[in-house]
Amino acid sequence: MGGGFGVSTTSVLGGVVKRREDPALIRGTGLYVDDLQLPGMLHAAFVRSPYAHASIESIDASEALAMEGVRAVYTAADVEHLGDLVTQVAVGKLRPLLAGNQVNHVGEAVAMVVADSRYGARDGADAVDVDYEPLDPVIDLKEAASDAALVHEDMASNVLLAWEGGPWGDEEGIAGTKETIAAAKEREDTVTVSMEMVNQRLLPMPMEPRAVVADWNQGYGRFTVHSSTQIPHALAGGIAGTFGLSLTDVRCIAPEVGGGFGCKLNVYNDEILVCFASQQLGSPVKFTETRRDAAGSTIHGRGWVATATVTGTRDGKVLGYELDGIADMGAYSQNFTVAIPFLGLFVGAGQYSFPTYWRMACVHTHTMTTDAYRGAGRPEAAYYLERAIDAFAREIGVDPSEVRRKNYIPASEFPGAATHIGFPMDTGDYENNLDALLETVGYENLKAERDQMRADGRLVGLGLATYVEVCGFGPSALVDLGFSWAAYKIPSGFNGSGLVRIQADGTASVIIGTGPSGQGHQTTWAQIVSQQLGIPVENIRVTHGDTAESPLGIGTFGSRSAAVDGSATYEAANKVAAKAAKLAAHLLEASSEDIVFADGGAHVAGSPDQTVSWSDIATLAYQPHRLPEGMEGGLEAHAVFSPGNATWPFGSHLALVEVDGDTGDVKLLRYVAMDDCGNVINPMIVDGQIHGGLAQGIGQAMFEDGDYESDGNLLKWSFVEYPLPTSADLPSFELHRTVTPTDINPLGVKGIGEAGTIGSAQTVVNAVVDALAPLGVTHVDMPLRPKRVWEAIQAAQTNGSVS
Amino acid sequence: MHVSLTVNGQRAVTDVEPRTLLVHLLREELGLTGTHVGCDTSYCGACTVIVNGNTVKSCTMLAVQAQGAEVTTIEGLAGNGDLHPVQEGFWERHGLQCGFCTPGMIMSAVGLLSDNESPTENEIRHGLEGNLCRCTGYHNIVRAVEYAAAKMRGDEPPPPEWEEDSA
Amino acid sequence: MYPRSFEYVSPGSLDEATSILASTDGAKVLAGGMSLLPIMKLRLFSPDVLVDIGRIPGLSSIQDQGDHVGVGALVRHADTASDPLIAEHAAALATAASWTGDVQVRNQGTTCGSIAHADIAADQPAAALALGATMVAASANGTREIAASDFFVDTLTTALEPGEILTEIRLPKQGGGSAYEKLGRRGGHTDYAVAGASAWVDLADGAVCCGRVALTGVGPMPTLAEGVMESLIGTDGSDAAVAAASDRALEGVTVLEDLFGTVEYKSHLAKVMTRRALQQAIAAAM
Repeated sequence: MGGGFGVSTTSVLGGVVKRREDPALIRGTGLYVDDLQLPGMLHAAFVRSPYAHASIESIDASEALAMEGVRAVYTAADVEHLGDLVTQVAVGKLRPLLAGNQVNHVGEAVAMVVADSRYGARDGADAVDVDYEPLDPVIDLKEAASDAALVHEDMASNVLLAWEGGPWGDEEGIAGTKETIAAAKEREDTVTVSMEMVNQRLLPMPMEPRAVVADWNQGYGRFTVHSSTQIPHALAGGIAGTFGLSLTDVRCIAPEVGGGFGCKLNVYNDEILVCFASQQLGSPVKFTETRRDAAGSTIHGRGWVATATVTGTRDGKVLGYELDGIADMGAYSQNFTVAIPFLGLFVGAGQYSFPTYWRMACVHTHTMTTDAYRGAGRPEAAYYLERAIDAFAREIGVDPSEVRRKNYIPASEFPGAATHIGFPMDTGDYENNLDALLETVGYENLKAERDQMRADGRLVGLGLATYVEVCGFGPSALVDLGFSWAAYKIPSGFNGSGLVRIQADGTASVIIGTGPSGQGHQTTWAQIVSQQLGIPVENIRVTHGDTAESPLGIGTFGSRSAAVDGSATYEAANKVAAKAAKLAAHLLEASSEDIVFADGGAHVAGSPDQTVSWSDIATLAYQPHRLPEGMEGGLEAHAVFSPGNATWPFGSHLALVEVDGDTGDVKLLRYVAMDDCGNVINPMIVDGQIHGGLAQGIGQAMFEDGDYESDGNLLKWSFVEYPLPTSADLPSFELHRTVTPTDINPLGVKGIGEAGTIGSAQTVVNAVVDALAPLGVTHVDMPLRPKRVWEAIQAAQTNGSVS
Repeated sequence: MHVSLTVNGQRAVTDVEPRTLLVHLLREELGLTGTHVGCDTSYCGACTVIVNGNTVKSCTMLAVQAQGAEVTTIEGLAGNGDLHPVQEGFWERHGLQCGFCTPGMIMSAVGLLSDNESPTENEIRHGLEGNLCRCTGYHNIVRAVEYAAAKMRGDEPPPPEWEEDSA
Repeated sequence: MYPRSFEYVSPGSLDEATSILASTDGAKVLAGGMSLLPIMKLRLFSPDVLVDIGRIPGLSSIQDQGDHVGVGALVRHADTASDPLIAEHAAALATAASWTGDVQVRNQGTTCGSIAHADIAADQPAAALALGATMVAASANGTREIAASDFFVDTLTTALEPGEILTEIRLPKQGGGSAYEKLGRRGGHTDYAVAGASAWVDLADGAVCCGRVALTGVGPMPTLAEGVMESLIGTDGSDAAVAAASDRALEGVTVLEDLFGTVEYKSHLAKVMTRRALQQAIAAAM
């Protein structure tokens, strides 16, 4: 099973190439931002609020300023002229660079201390005396939505955005959908299952804490900023906009980035503030988060409470699905904050064709901002939907695979299928994917094994869940819906770019506008170019993340880089090939239409004995006087790819778990994933992305919980209180795939960065609920820590049945 | 305070504040930035180095405690020469993505294999429990260590999963 | 994070160390540092002077001392976990040490340090209690012995006086069998204990003749569960007898809620872990 590369309709890419990135990283010679030491570099540390909500009565920095090595202490008054933090979707309250009269979440930056050393900066920050007057915080989502108390007194409501979701842009369609579902509920032959579930707040926690070094050169009038970011171009634009500079006055470099998962898809106040300090002090200034900083002041993800309701007939036909939810935005809106639930709406009905209605209230609370964390809205959507479908299947006594199969959008509707809101989808064959999973695991036998283990007294459960996601953003038209990058001086929206330059010796430089953090772009992009030009991968060097050299790109997120920037690079390579063919034809005295590229050079089709090397071709390109008439010198091309749609990967996952009924301890025995991301460029890298995605989805299901206490404190300051899954907590994963190429881009690739996360949390919870169903448990909120699971068992036994 | 130690076979003498953590001596005084810092609480293991033959977390050791010690960091594992089998395993089996946890993970794996030349999957997973990775789900890290263990024993490493996959 | 400034001294002998401690306000002993340095980095604790006992000779061994096994102040968790003398006479401590932290923590942290720190959810204090260990404390005034049952006084507080160093733990060679069980924070045996129990039991003529059970993770400090042994002594140690005895695990024990468990849950777990530890200890004693 699995495999499938080579069945591509558009490309024969699909071989494993060992990563070009790795030699430096395994030798410890990769450069991350915190590794950078510049002459005269100063260090910043922040004074942060210990209160969720308080007024700032006074700030006394005199003791700090008197300390040896402390160069400056900045407060809100010093930076007010720079405005709020630059924000893309500017709905709701925007973040001040430093808190002014009031703090609105624990960890909010109140003052920045700059000192000669990182230890000294911390000493200085500790010495700043801030007098707070504590105020009551608003933390609970329902309380926030009720407006019983306001988070921001100058806003009329805590609900900064509320919307209904249904058939696209058509009020009657939404109203009609509600009526259809209401009518289905009235029918005597239908069953309605409804559950309120929490999709808890998560802390992204890439292993590299964010770090930034800003260096203002007064002579050049230019910033050079190294930052651990997924969006170097947007950061450059955000800094330029804030300081009234042009894009050429800001050079941002994202060197090695130690994981991002969406949390480095923001411009942060610290990135702006170190620029300010560098300009003020005339020295480079570094800020590196401690893990404590990261926990409280880098964006969080998820944070929804919602009720999912499924109505259908007893044969498993679903007639309506509703989700009524509140999503936590935190105290301030940042980059995509308000847009995240909307991303979930796109896949609100999953792979299914049933009428679907969403109602969502986005609320401010006195907590850290939420934004894009791996999956961003789509894991939440898939979680609610697939938990509800599972509960419905259990209620009517039909196998969960059958309920899903019965309600899928059939393969025959592609091309031309659309989501529940009317957004067109690219390609899909959901039933084939589900069947492939069930066949691979021997589903019927596995169920029998589970039943046998249960008969032996063990609490064993099987969980199934399927998903469709949307990624590979585009389309460009998203700009018109408010997903614009104009705030960061990037008006072009959801495009991709690539530049292929043949060097004078015949090697190739590929320069791209992505912002990878471990996805292997240097390898995958070399494969794309090698495929098109016949230049060996080892003669191709891919660079990214330096805005002074790379073409404009919006960065790496939303599983979009291969589909969009990869396609742009593919097209750039084709442009180079077209010109190189003419050059080769000139050298070979042949017609350019007859030139083919292979084995590091070019030859006339049918005459592989007589070849010219890429070195020969490049030499000619850079000796313009030898060129045929009408040709320009040089050999490079840039391409922009404007995708006509997003892409829609899908998959089916299965988990086998065992619960220790005495303790509530859950053990994940098996995890099997059947994903379909279209064509696969490098199966090794694709599998790696799925592995990591699964670990984060399973992490949400079993371990991670970033929720605040009711008093607004965040007790999750470290890995002690916020446990990430370790190697000892996870099994080896069993991965397989089906291949349904997309028709949106020439590579046929859809994207795989988030699929593992989007598919997995509900799979695990479905399995645990299956294990506990004989005890009467119908739902357990994540994370399935032993305490929760044991309490669910106790509650079910006390109640005698359903909770 | 005066600290003298041997790092990657070379003697290093430096003056540090008593509160200087070993990891900061390595990174900032000696410029050995392959050893990383990922947390405050001795949990993530990104800072793992070998001190006097044992893996330790260099963020939870004072530089002055390493007075006279023999320290090996990721940079010292292969120097400029051939890769150590564990490094090779991580490359061959895609045991890293962002690479930030990798130096510490590799040092822990080196320590694990020096104590146990044929670890089971379970032993590898428990042996690396003190090193967090957010990218790989550990799947290929386990494969990388299995590869390295076989190489160090002189055995043929198990075949990669993707070749079986594409068959 | 980074510790606040402090003065550092590295005495070459125990006498030197105890005299520094006697004459210096705000001094704290540093051994492996696995408990101390993290809280110093978080600036939750900032001693003025660190007295590093790591270079004092004679504190690094596990020794057969006739009627007991001595574990020196600088013996690492990893050594405790793998030492044959410990395995033979104090299996519960070996297990507890093997479940303390992770490999790197076990390579650096010390058994005595863990016990002197007395974290409410640490593993080895419970084993030391159940095994009836004796703590040896040295100061400028000489040395004294403290029974484990008198050693753990309150949260992060032991019977050690200012100026005293825990130089050795003595584990009696008392026969029988011992075990440690826990549920860790990430499930299984991982991380600190949500709740843990250690048991030592001896049998005579087919009946439980003596033993001790200690709990960790559930209250303000590691505590002996005396009601359990009251119930168990004299029984045949059958599963039924163990279950009945385990139900008394919380007699006299204060249970505290934390992020990882409610009072109700921890109370329940204490009984489950007691039962599991007792079953293993009895099996080992047979």
